[in-house]
Amino acid sequence: MEEVKQITLHPQGRTEEYFINMGPQHPATHGVLRLLLTLDGEIIKRVDPDLGYIHRSIEKMTEHDTYRQIVHLTDRMDYLSAHINNEAVCLVVEKALELEVPDRVKVVRTILAELTRIASHLLWWGVTGMDIGALTTFMYAFRDREMINDIMEENCGARLTMNYNVPGGLMWDIHPNFQRRVKAFIKHFKTKLPEFDRLLSDNIIFRKRTEGIGVLSAEDAISFGVTGPAARASGVSCDIRKKQPYSAYDRVEFKEILDTRGDTFARYKVRIHEMWESLHIIEQLIDNIPEGDYQVKTNAVIKLPKGEYYQRVETARGELGVYVVSDGKKSPYRMKFRSPGFSNLSVIDHVARGYKVADLVAIMATFDFVIPDIDR
Amino acid sequence: MSYVGEIVHGIRTLLTGMAVTGKYFFRARKEIITQQYPDNRDQLRMFERFRGEVVMPHNENNEHRCTGCQACEIACPNGSIEIIWDRKVDEKTGKKKKYIVKHIYHLSMCTMCNLCIIACPTDAIKMAQNFENSVYDRSYLTKVLNKPGSKLMDGIDE
Repeated sequence: MEEVKQITLHPQGRTEEYFINMGPQHPATHGVLRLLLTLDGEIIKRVDPDLGYIHRSIEKMTEHDTYRQIVHLTDRMDYLSAHINNEAVCLVVEKALELEVPDRVKVVRTILAELTRIASHLLWWGVTGMDIGALTTFMYAFRDREMINDIMEENCGARLTMNYNVPGGLMWDIHPNFQRRVKAFIKHFKTKLPEFDRLLSDNIIFRKRTEGIGVLSAEDAISFGVTGPAARASGVSCDIRKKQPYSAYDRVEFKEILDTRGDTFARYKVRIHEMWESLHIIEQLIDNIPEGDYQVKTNAVIKLPKGEYYQRVETARGELGVYVVSDGKKSPYRMKFRSPGFSNLSVIDHVARGYKVADLVAIMATFDFVIPDIDR
Repeated sequence: MSYVGEIVHGIRTLLTGMAVTGKYFFRARKEIITQQYPDNRDQLRMFERFRGEVVMPHNENNEHRCTGCQACEIACPNGSIEIIWDRKVDEKTGKKKKYIVKHIYHLSMCTMCNLCIIACPTDAIKMAQNFENSVYDRSYLTKVLNKPGSKLMDGIDE
């Protein structure tokens, strides 16, 4: 009887590591981000993010623009928090000029910033469900987001790239319908937000996909510079609205949402609770918009005094810092944006190791990356 | 949780979610928010502040309000506006006065930031509510805003 030759692919029972490219055209990366994955079977060994596919050199472009013109460029960084980005640039210019804006401006800016935050979190909620496999959430989130977009369109003139802030105030006064529409939205959204929990948060499949996945410890969150809801889910208190109140945040009462679990589900929960808090902030301010001017008169050509200025704000994704070096001319010598997306992306390798490829999609979803914000 | 308990719990959470979608399935007619866009073009009204494209309004005598001061050209962050101007002798005063030959607007480069409208001292340009800008060739997006043969409205000075 002839001997049967036994064939083994891996003599020592080893498997072989291999690369795959996730992106730049991948629906789960929400933009043009390329992740080089080193895999062992389905287990992630290493994630190398490769950036630059949508780099437009916004920081360099600011060196040729006047301070008024810079504002509209920041719409295109984190397009989901466009209003908050604009506010950051305006605040740094006002800080440098030692300009005190009227209370009306501060309150309207805060209301719009919180509406932007809700709109951003709504879009995030929709696509998170979609990434994990629940297509319905997308439709529900966009239904409610449409109301905010309408408010923005009526008040600011555009749905996404608002450009409503100018250094020294607002472009126009608020629209006569503004308060009525915002109140209608709050009333509508308060009945819809509990539905979100019933639809997705308690769903068994969603829970199994998110609980205990992609755990980020508080120490790692601090050392990687993670900010925003992603860090707060790990128990790091980092809300700029609380730490360094700007605009009207010092006169409203709200809670900083913290969680200690640090997994994908905790990041999800923090964002859901943040929507409630944003609603709470808007409710306190919407009836108390002070009378006054909507703009402070500034020079036709804004020139900042020589020096360095820094202002940070809390966008929907985390801390956005604007650093300006001025040499006294009409455009900045150097402008640097510390974007939340870039720092949050740096932790993805650390968080995703040891999990499966499908878990990476869930992890990416709850870190809520906006790729133009990472590349700028 | 026991094995059976987990199955029961799983089914219950699935049904809770289904109840939400089921509710909308049966009362879909009460909450229709979809717009039948190309069909409702005639009724569609954009908000008055909506920024579509820059236009220059002319009155019935083919007169506009643009003096050619170039404030919009300077204010524009991305070079979407170019003004070709010249000087000619004004018949009434006998002085040389600036006038626009062409107010060229590159819609393809415009980001609708509204800075030109704010910069304009004579309200000569404004934002239109038109949003259907697709054309077959990019060159169609370069527009001359002042109509042929148009002139400056009386009583407007630099």
